[in-house]
Amino acid sequence: MISYIIRRFLYAIPVLMAVNILTFVLFFVVNSPDDMARMQLGQKRVTEQAIQNWKHQHGYDLPLLWNQDQQNGKQLTETIFYQKSINLFWFDFGISDSGSNISADIKQRMWPSLALALPSLVIGLVANISMALLLVLFRYSYLELLGSIGCVVLMSVSSLFYIIGGQFFISKVLKLLPISGYDEGLVATKFLLLPVIISVLAGIGSGVRWYRTLFLEEVEKDYVRTARAKGLSETEVLFKHVLKNAMIPILTGVVVILPLLFMGSLIMESFFSIPGLGSYTIDAINRQDFAIVRSMVFLGSTLYIIGLLLTDISYTLVDPRVRLN
Amino acid sequence: MLVLWTDALVYLLVVSSALFAWHLSRQRHMRRPLKKIASNSVAMASLTILLCFVLIGLADSIHFKDANSQANEAISLMDMGVAVLRTSSEKTYSAPFAAYLYSKETVTNPDNSTNWDYPRLVHGGRHLQNPDTDKTADIISKTMVAIMQSTGVMVFIYFVIRHAYLRRHPSLLDNSSAKAVWISLCALIVIAYTLLYLSNYYHVFGTDKIGEDVFYQALKSIRTGLVIGTLTTLVMLPFAIVLGIMAGYFKGWIDDMIQFIYTTLNSVPSVLLIAASILMVQVYMSNHAENFTNLLVRADMRLLFLCLILGVTNWTGLCRLLRAETLKLREMEYILAARAMGVKPATILFRHIFPNVMHIVLISVVLDFSSLVLAEAVLSYIHIGVDPTTHSWGNMINSARLELAREPLVWWSLVAAFVFMFTLVLAANLFADSVRDAFDPKRVS
Repeated sequence: MISYIIRRFLYAIPVLMAVNILTFVLFFVVNSPDDMARMQLGQKRVTEQAIQNWKHQHGYDLPLLWNQDQQNGKQLTETIFYQKSINLFWFDFGISDSGSNISADIKQRMWPSLALALPSLVIGLVANISMALLLVLFRYSYLELLGSIGCVVLMSVSSLFYIIGGQFFISKVLKLLPISGYDEGLVATKFLLLPVIISVLAGIGSGVRWYRTLFLEEVEKDYVRTARAKGLSETEVLFKHVLKNAMIPILTGVVVILPLLFMGSLIMESFFSIPGLGSYTIDAINRQDFAIVRSMVFLGSTLYIIGLLLTDISYTLVDPRVRLN
Repeated sequence: MLVLWTDALVYLLVVSSALFAWHLSRQRHMRRPLKKIASNSVAMASLTILLCFVLIGLADSIHFKDANSQANEAISLMDMGVAVLRTSSEKTYSAPFAAYLYSKETVTNPDNSTNWDYPRLVHGGRHLQNPDTDKTADIISKTMVAIMQSTGVMVFIYFVIRHAYLRRHPSLLDNSSAKAVWISLCALIVIAYTLLYLSNYYHVFGTDKIGEDVFYQALKSIRTGLVIGTLTTLVMLPFAIVLGIMAGYFKGWIDDMIQFIYTTLNSVPSVLLIAASILMVQVYMSNHAENFTNLLVRADMRLLFLCLILGVTNWTGLCRLLRAETLKLREMEYILAARAMGVKPATILFRHIFPNVMHIVLISVVLDFSSLVLAEAVLSYIHIGVDPTTHSWGNMINSARLELAREPLVWWSLVAAFVFMFTLVLAANLFADSVRDAFDPKRVS
């Protein structure tokens, strides 16, 4: 088990390298360091000297991937790619192109992201699973038909409409909650309530359907039939047996997204102007701040890989039949 | 005739899916699931709606040079069909069925005096003498006329079909799915005819900020939605199928390589990939401005690239599914037998594995369609989707969001986008469900 985990971590290194190269190439096909300097210094009346100074200060005055002027190994190390990548592996994100400390920014912005993502996940999960169980309990009835139709209808509405509709009716017409914004401490609840409700609502259609198929698959199995034959009521069967056994796919599905919660939701955060990591990334893309984009991508892919690893481990924990080797 | 890149690919897609459908219907083991879909009335009704959307999209994919325009513009077959919608523009916002503009202006009266009032619209309700009193009655009577006319035609067609075919094929109009098709077709035609008929006199969904008819915009957006939903699939299928099957069948270093590629692609947030590629296209186009003089060609290029990049970010899911399925299949006796007899791996992959994973491909294609249509809206909304000049539901929603903050409120663009998008996605979801039920071997009941 431990050797498996170590091997998986070693395997992560080439993936992270590749991710780095990919972001690097994508970014520098579009921009040149000169463009970045102009973007940061302001488009108008920038002297050549100022651009050179900016590039030198931020370490963009080297060749991109291959330095011809250097020798023995320095051809690779004395490049923008090497200089900007190597520190990422120690989670030292450095200074953004506009001059702020990225690690500090991330530490600060991680909390709003979590404050939005975690309740959305938990409430969404509880809502989806209980609705799905209800549909399974009342299967072959009109309630199930109605529920299934409702799910497809909810699924077919774009999440944009949930957000726009929610902001419009709840905040603008009824004036129950603020339209957008964020505040420190407990006041934040007021601002988070609407985004959480909307993200739960937007996910409920596909979520309930997904869990319903999971439960239905489980309901067909032999042990459930045995339990019913023993004389257990349908509710007992569902809650004691089916739910317990369906926990495996549910849990593994949740584990993989847990680390990604830090990254926040791009769309929700930018709509509700919550100063989390998602809106941080979007802003950085718009400002073409290469340092932030790379740090966020690196962080995201690390978390993704950790998520994959956690899923594999959680398989062994909940299902003794799985052996990792 | 003017063939845009996406047009050409759309035609290619139509031809290839027609060939594929023909091939599928000749396979004996495929007939059971196909029959199952055909006997499902919800599936057939939603297929009818989808096909109507596709028809509009196809008509909008046949472009011509506009003879009347100086600016080298192109118009499509659909534009010609709904010319009244395209040409009848107002100055700015007007509400659905309005006869007056939405904002006050200095109006010149017949006696050359001026006052500050809502001016009459150029197109909407211009046939009315006194809109305040006549409008409601006029709308009702015109709606009635349109419904009567279209229903009459449909009833006539019904009797013709009944007379011509029923003696030879008594089941044609008898079973429930045929009825569902017939009813949904009738409903769609009556609604479409009524809307178009009323469009000759009013802006049925109002006009937007620059006075363009919102109904026309929503119709034009159909093509964008369909192109993204289908062409993206066309891009991702070869990657997903070839790499997925190879990873599962060969194992070893090939498997490692392919897994490495898709883990890498998956771990980069897709929004970033899409944003970077769209920026790349824009930079390329501004550097090669001489090749992109036509606005339509420019927007088309960006649409094509969006499909490409969505395809690149989307193939990993299907690839993983196919890999898992192939891993299972390669241990089956018939594959072992083929290998023992010395059949080449390429032949095994093509003859034995590929047909047996086809159902997964089919299911994921129909399931992905609606999510791609929805994704387009979100991407256009954060400005990394289609070109701002392209008609798309995402762009409509995007502009509508600011309009919701106006006083008084401008709601009709949003509602029109909602209605069209919802209808398409709902039909696609319902159809996808029945395809999955029919083709998923686990769900045989």
